[in-house]
Amino acid sequence: MLACHDLVLRYRNATRPAVGGVSLAVNAGELVCVTGPNGSGKSTLLRGMLGLLHSERGTATIDDKDVCQWEPANLAAAVGVVPQREEITFPLRVRETVLLGRYARLGPLGAVGLEDRAAVERALIRCDVAQFADRRVDQLSGGEWQRVRVARALAGEPRALVLDEPTMSLDVRHEMEMFELVRELADQGLAALIITHGLNLAARFADRILLMSDGHTAALGTPAEVLIEPILSRVFQWPVAVTTTPDGAPQVMPLRRPTGAGAI
Amino acid sequence: MTRWLGLAVATALVLLLGVALGSVPLRPGDVFDGLIRNTGEAAVIVRELRVPRVLLAFLVGGGLAVSGAALQALVRNPLADPYLLGLSGGAGLGAVLAIAFGGGSPWAVPIAAFAGALIAVALVYRLSVVAGRRLDPLVLLLAGVVVGSFAAALMSAIIALSDAPRLRNAFLWLLGGFSSASWPTLALFAIYAVIPLAVLLLAARGLDLLALGEEPARHLGADVERLRRRIYLAASLLTAASVATCGIIGFVGLVVPHAVRRAWTPMHRVLLPVAFVGGGGFLVLADLVARTVLRPIELPVGVVTALVGVPLFALLLRKSLA
Repeated sequence: MLACHDLVLRYRNATRPAVGGVSLAVNAGELVCVTGPNGSGKSTLLRGMLGLLHSERGTATIDDKDVCQWEPANLAAAVGVVPQREEITFPLRVRETVLLGRYARLGPLGAVGLEDRAAVERALIRCDVAQFADRRVDQLSGGEWQRVRVARALAGEPRALVLDEPTMSLDVRHEMEMFELVRELADQGLAALIITHGLNLAARFADRILLMSDGHTAALGTPAEVLIEPILSRVFQWPVAVTTTPDGAPQVMPLRRPTGAGAI
Repeated sequence: MTRWLGLAVATALVLLLGVALGSVPLRPGDVFDGLIRNTGEAAVIVRELRVPRVLLAFLVGGGLAVSGAALQALVRNPLADPYLLGLSGGAGLGAVLAIAFGGGSPWAVPIAAFAGALIAVALVYRLSVVAGRRLDPLVLLLAGVVVGSFAAALMSAIIALSDAPRLRNAFLWLLGGFSSASWPTLALFAIYAVIPLAVLLLAARGLDLLALGEEPARHLGADVERLRRRIYLAASLLTAASVATCGIIGFVGLVVPHAVRRAWTPMHRVLLPVAFVGGGGFLVLADLVARTVLRPIELPVGVVTALVGVPLFALLLRKSLA
């Protein structure tokens, strides 16, 4: 569904490409996590795969069609995106916010039909935010606001869902709820791509993990293939130990710096 | 539903008051005779002076409020104002040039103001379109301030160098008023305003998305660049026409959208029409105060909108902070 092949992306006037030849495919029913150190090119890769940046080399495709050939509205209807940051300037109600997810599918003159209203209600229920549908979004907690934004992305009934660090500054429960929700959506047939710093969340929920380092692919495969000690220590430049949870997923534990040592 | 009904009744009442009251107060019977039957002594006052004046004030107020609301969403800042983008500076400079050097034609000042506003809009637009076709809202604000300040400086220089009576005229014109309203002005403004108003009202859903920010808007399917350019041009052209017709009337475009957002909804499909009616009613009321409070002297309507608008705005701010 979402794919890129040997993708090279460079910001204007940058000497080095931010992404230097990455290949990735996310299929329907699959949850893929992209992780890596700060500045390793995760968000840039996402921008390239969604056609916000033009590739210097390689291809980014959605349904095997070059992403830059897509009409903005058709693209939005096919792929739901939850961007990383979003400031609320003019607070709408939750239901109104979710309705904006239908923009690409609304009729002429922006008329809202029965089908649109039904899709909004379904999205509200799916993300468990229906009980405060009439509340203003600036009165929500961080976890609730994130779920509302996922509901907005789902209201357009996309076939793929992309989330950029959806659990940033969420507590354990809301973090788990977010990943459980996306896992469930993927099991129902969506192609899901999540950028995250949560290695242990990725380990338990993802089908595959792309570990990026300096704009390149450091490792790509199942959690057990990617989350191994030598790779992680090298990529994050910090010693880690990898153990296993009772359900068999690898778990990454960063180690304390040995006492007396000044540097790594 | 009751809110829409309330708005309609209030608007009708304000329009009627605007026609009935003035330097010569009329009884309801006179207004009725003049308006409907075209008889009685008041017919000329009602038909030739009051009605075009009230309608013009209504249209200009509505246009300013809609422009303000749209620009606030465009730059994602509730403090944006239709004049913020250098328009008032350009229009003022044009008007002052016409007054200082112009001939006697009554159309010289509005035409010069309109031309000045358009030049300012074009300059600001040119400065803000970076990298080929991207219209950056932040750069737009800065370019507006820069162009506006430059025009204002030129204007001050001309005023300082011209003689006193002309200077007073220029100042009065800049502060705005509807004393020159007539059927031809009304018709001209109405015909002109239809297209930008329609463009803005049709962009309501797009404005909802732009208000979220560039990235979310794009992901939800908005063609951000096209939408921004269209909205900026429509709002500026509408404001330029209103400046040309009646000078610079501040605060309508700032206070009215703000009040509607708080009291009603920030969804533009409702916000824009309600702001249009609300802004129209507000300006009709302000004009009514301007021409009756110191009868027979007429206050500039821009003074009244600020005198009414500032306390209202302060009250809203206090309430929203509480």
